[in-house]
Amino acid sequence: MADSLDRQPLSRETVVKVARLARLKLTPAEIDDYVGKLGQVLGYVEMLDEVDVTDIEPMVHAIELRNVFRADEVLPSLSRTDALKNAPKTDGVCFLVPQILDGGGSSA
Amino acid sequence: MDYTVIIGLEVHVQLLTQTKIFCGCSSAFNPEQPNVQTCPTCLGLPGSLPVMNRRAFELAMKTALALNCEISPYTKWDRKQYYYPDLPKGYQISQYDLPFSHDGFVEIVIDAEAGTKRRVGIIRAHLEEDAGKNMHDESGRGLDSRVDLNRAGTPLLEIVSQPDLRAASEARQYLEELRLLLVYLGVSDCNMQEGSLRCDANVNLHVHPEPGQKVATPLVEIKNLNSFRNVELAIEHEVTRQWAEFQKTGLKIGDVPKTTRGWDAVRGATFAQRGKEDAADYRYFPDPDLVPVTVTQDEIDAVRASIGETPPARRNRYAVTWGLSDYDCRVIVDQERDFAEYFEAIATGCGDGKQAANWVTQDVLREMKDRKLSVAEFPISPAVLTDLLQRVLAKKVTIKSAREVFMDLLTAATDETPVPATVERVAEIIQSKGLEIVQDTGAISVAISAVIEKNPKAVADFKAGKQAAVGALIGQVMKQVKGADPAGVRELIIQQLNALL
Repeated sequence: MADSLDRQPLSRETVVKVARLARLKLTPAEIDDYVGKLGQVLGYVEMLDEVDVTDIEPMVHAIELRNVFRADEVLPSLSRTDALKNAPKTDGVCFLVPQILDGGGSSA
Repeated sequence: MDYTVIIGLEVHVQLLTQTKIFCGCSSAFNPEQPNVQTCPTCLGLPGSLPVMNRRAFELAMKTALALNCEISPYTKWDRKQYYYPDLPKGYQISQYDLPFSHDGFVEIVIDAEAGTKRRVGIIRAHLEEDAGKNMHDESGRGLDSRVDLNRAGTPLLEIVSQPDLRAASEARQYLEELRLLLVYLGVSDCNMQEGSLRCDANVNLHVHPEPGQKVATPLVEIKNLNSFRNVELAIEHEVTRQWAEFQKTGLKIGDVPKTTRGWDAVRGATFAQRGKEDAADYRYFPDPDLVPVTVTQDEIDAVRASIGETPPARRNRYAVTWGLSDYDCRVIVDQERDFAEYFEAIATGCGDGKQAANWVTQDVLREMKDRKLSVAEFPISPAVLTDLLQRVLAKKVTIKSAREVFMDLLTAATDETPVPATVERVAEIIQSKGLEIVQDTGAISVAISAVIEKNPKAVADFKAGKQAAVGALIGQVMKQVKGADPAGVRELIIQQLNALL
């Protein structure tokens, strides 16, 4: 346990990268703070590494349910007014976002 | 130094469901009314939960089986995280390490004349959700982009091929074969204008500095190709560009990361898109909001039984049942299902598949294209064409006369005051034009005797061994006995001439 805490499970670079991926702007002091705090969380979870999981099927879900489906039937949608209600900016028809420079759509 | 072109395609297909993949909003294409097909789930509002559309999963399975894929007994969905305005949740629900299907193939013809085929591997097909649509300000004034989320959450099947394609034309063949299959299966309308079928192409070259040596150029992905023609053109351009680039820089795969390019159809060139250096870090993890799906062999068998006949199976059946050439099988089946069924009705009706194939692939198809008619709109029904072909096969009219009847029927049926093409009309036209083959050999014999008498020179030529002399006599007999069968006349003339010898 103590070992894993000493090993500093989280590097500064990782914190910077994760912040960038999450679009968070952190000050150097905040970065230091997260290296420590997030590192502790990770270190705590690393306790699980002590468990021998050889020959155990990986679990992808915490509940045992399988095959939950719904029928392909149309239900009422929100009105456009309601759909746009929480948006920071709209033109009454579409959501408005700052100009997207690289064009195209996402990679879906 | 030469090179081999290496192409793999990623195809996204919207499935023909009524509703979105995880909620009950309509998945209809509706660009005129943005943001009227959304709900808390597809908007990604807090507290909403996705539930899998059964139909979407069934259609996906049906497609995968028709692509000869293995179905995984256990599958799950993962979150693919990235930020983009068309993706309201900040992640796309997709499938990462346990796609519901894998390892299939599609067969394409890469050389029609030689009949050379290529089996294109399918790495995987997985089920995911579509994003919304961004509309960019094109005024150049830097105005906001507009986002329509009607499409967000539409079920999407992603089909990833092996890098087995070796030319831009093969990529097009593959897409056409894939599209035909999807339309036959009824799983997608494959409307490229509406974005129901979209394609990304991964392209690079294997350069051979010496025979047997191989150097791969850096991998390029060309995004969002919206027509088969553009897929072909973009790949052709990219091949030329990569070859020039390699000769200039010598850069190999691994020297630079994979890059993304767009296609400018106006300039006819691919162009570099801004590098998304972080984009590769999608931090996939299993979506805790969705539970896994398990599939039993019984379920797989049931879906397989619903597939019906795929285009390759249908082509094969035509070859076996009717003795059609590979080429004719393709022409008929590749026109989609209605046309193939039109052919089958006639082939079965007249009992001669080859004759039926000749007519539908030549006369019918030509007239359909010239007049911009679909099979359903084509005024000559299978019953009428069958009747006409039966007359040809019974030697009651010649093929030439039948073509005349066919054109008369068509002209009258597409006239301003149309006359429907019916079996009765066929009889009428034959009668009024005197096209019926004269079966009365008596009348023909009399005509032949008269012609022989009038043509001593031709008779002498024939006696001297010139078979061609008969040709001149046939024409004269035919003039006298309208509607006689030339082949029959020829036989009778030779008989009479031989009797004179």
